[in-house]
Amino acid sequence: MPDPNESARGFAGGPDSVGTSAEMPDVIPVTLSVNGKKHDLRIDPRTSLLDCLRDHLHLTGSKKGCDHGQCGACTVHINGRRVNSCLCLAARHEGDEIITIEGVGQRDNLHPMQASFVTCDAYQCGYCTPGQIMSAVALLQEPCGPEDADVKELMSGNICRCGAYPNIVAAIQTVRGKNSDKKAE
Amino acid sequence: MKTFQLTRAADSAEAIDAAAQATTAQQGAEIRFIAGGTTLLDLMKLNVEQPEKLVDLSRLPLDEIEASPDGLTIGAGVRNSDLAYHPVVREKYAVLSEALLSGASAQLRNMATTAGNLLQRTRCMYFRATEMPCNKREPGSGCAAITGANRSLAILGTSEHCIATNPSDMNVAMAALEATIHVRGSKGERSIPIADFHLLPGKTPERETLLEPGDLITHATLPPPASGARSVYLKLRDRASYEFALVSAAVVVTIADGKVTRARIALGGVGTKPWRSNEAEAALTNQAAGEELFRRAAEAALREARPQSQNGFKVELAKRCLIHALKLATQKA
Repeated sequence: MPDPNESARGFAGGPDSVGTSAEMPDVIPVTLSVNGKKHDLRIDPRTSLLDCLRDHLHLTGSKKGCDHGQCGACTVHINGRRVNSCLCLAARHEGDEIITIEGVGQRDNLHPMQASFVTCDAYQCGYCTPGQIMSAVALLQEPCGPEDADVKELMSGNICRCGAYPNIVAAIQTVRGKNSDKKAE
Repeated sequence: MKTFQLTRAADSAEAIDAAAQATTAQQGAEIRFIAGGTTLLDLMKLNVEQPEKLVDLSRLPLDEIEASPDGLTIGAGVRNSDLAYHPVVREKYAVLSEALLSGASAQLRNMATTAGNLLQRTRCMYFRATEMPCNKREPGSGCAAITGANRSLAILGTSEHCIATNPSDMNVAMAALEATIHVRGSKGERSIPIADFHLLPGKTPERETLLEPGDLITHATLPPPASGARSVYLKLRDRASYEFALVSAAVVVTIADGKVTRARIALGGVGTKPWRSNEAEAALTNQAAGEELFRRAAEAALREARPQSQNGFKVELAKRCLIHALKLATQKA
C-alpha cells in the first residue's frame, strides 16, 4: 500500500488540506458531537474530520501522518468503530458520536489500554501512539483471535516508524488477558 | 483540493436526479456519489478527481445484508467489515469473507462500502500522479507505466493504452461467486453480471464500468452456494498484511468421487479487471483433482498473459497461487 512517493507526498502536506485556492470557498454549518460534547461549527466542506478536530476544536491528540489513510495516526471512533479521520469529511458526520484519544482517558484517569502502553513501554517517539491506542481500544470489541498474530493482523493499519510493535502487541494482549510472546519487562 | 458543493440525498431518487446532471460517471465526473469516501477523498487530495459536487449517500437505507434460499442480497452501503464478519458470509461464502479481510486495514474496512469497493480505482502510481501522463486520468496523454515502473501492474487484459490493475480483493471473490450488480438510474433499474460490469481498457481506459450519469448501485446479489462447494481466497503480496495483491486467486470448487464437477476461478492483481478465468474452469471440469490437473488449469489461466518489463514474475507466481488455492480448497473438501 504505501508506495514511497505517496508517503512523501503525504508528509509534505501542511496542517491544512484545504489548499491555496484564491477564491473564498463556501462555509457550511455543522454540529459535531465529540467526546460527548456538542460543537456548532462553520467549516469549509473540504475540511477533513482530522483537520476539524485539530484546527477547529484544538483536539490535537489525533495526529496527521500520511493524510491518505495509510498510517493510522489519525484513528478515531465514529459510532464505536475505528476509522481514519483523515479520509472523513467533517461535514458528513453530523449526528454521529465521535470519540478521540482525549475522550478515552485523561492524565489522572488513564484507560486500561493507555496504562498498559505505559507499563509495556509500547512507544518511543509517541507520534503514532494515540492512533495505536484508538485502534487497540476498538480491537477489544472486534472478532480477534487469541494469538499475537491475530493482533498484528488487526493492528496492521497503524504504522510505527520507531518499530515499537512487539511492545504494542504485548500491551494489547495484557489488556485482553492473553499471553504474548513478548512479555512486558 | 478543489472546492465542491456537498449535498445529502434524502432518498435514492434525489441522488439519481442530482448525479444525472453530470456528463460522465467515469473518470473526471463533475458529480460524484460519496459513501465510504476512502478512494474518492484520497484521489481528491491528489487532484486526480476534482468533482464540483458530492452527493452524500450515507443516509440512504442501503446497508442491509439479507440471506434467503435465493442467495444473498448485499446493500451497496454495507461496510466491508460488516460483510466480512457476517455469519452467513463466513459460513457459506468463505471466499468473500477471506478476500475482504485480506484487503486494506481494519479502519478502512469499517469505512469502505460494497459499491465503493466495486468501483475501487487502480493503484497505478502514474494514475495517482498528476504530473505524469496517464490515459486513464487524461485520455490521450500516454501511458507512463508501460515504459516505467510496472512491477505491480497487469499482465492480462492490458492494451497499448493502459496496463493498470484492478486492485480490489472483494471484486475477485465476487467474480468467482458470479455476483450480479443491481443499478438504479434515470431510465429505471437493471441487473449486470459482474463479468460484464467492469470494462477492459482498450482504447478508452478512462471508462472502467458500464455506469452512466445518475446510475446508483443499490445492491449486489450472490446466487445460493453450489451444493458441496468449497472456496478459498489466497493472496500473495510483498508483506503479510495491509498490502495490495501481487497476485491472488479466488476458487470455488466442487469435488465428487475425486473429480472436479464444478469450478469457478478468478484472479486478482494480474488483470485490468477482476479476472474470471473460464479457461481454467474448462480445464478443471470433469477431470480428476490433483496437482497435475491444477497445473494444467493454471497454464490455461495464464496462457494469454502479456508481461511488461518488470512484472514477468507474475506469470509463474499467479500460476503457483492458483495451484495452491486449488489444493487448499480441495483439502478442505
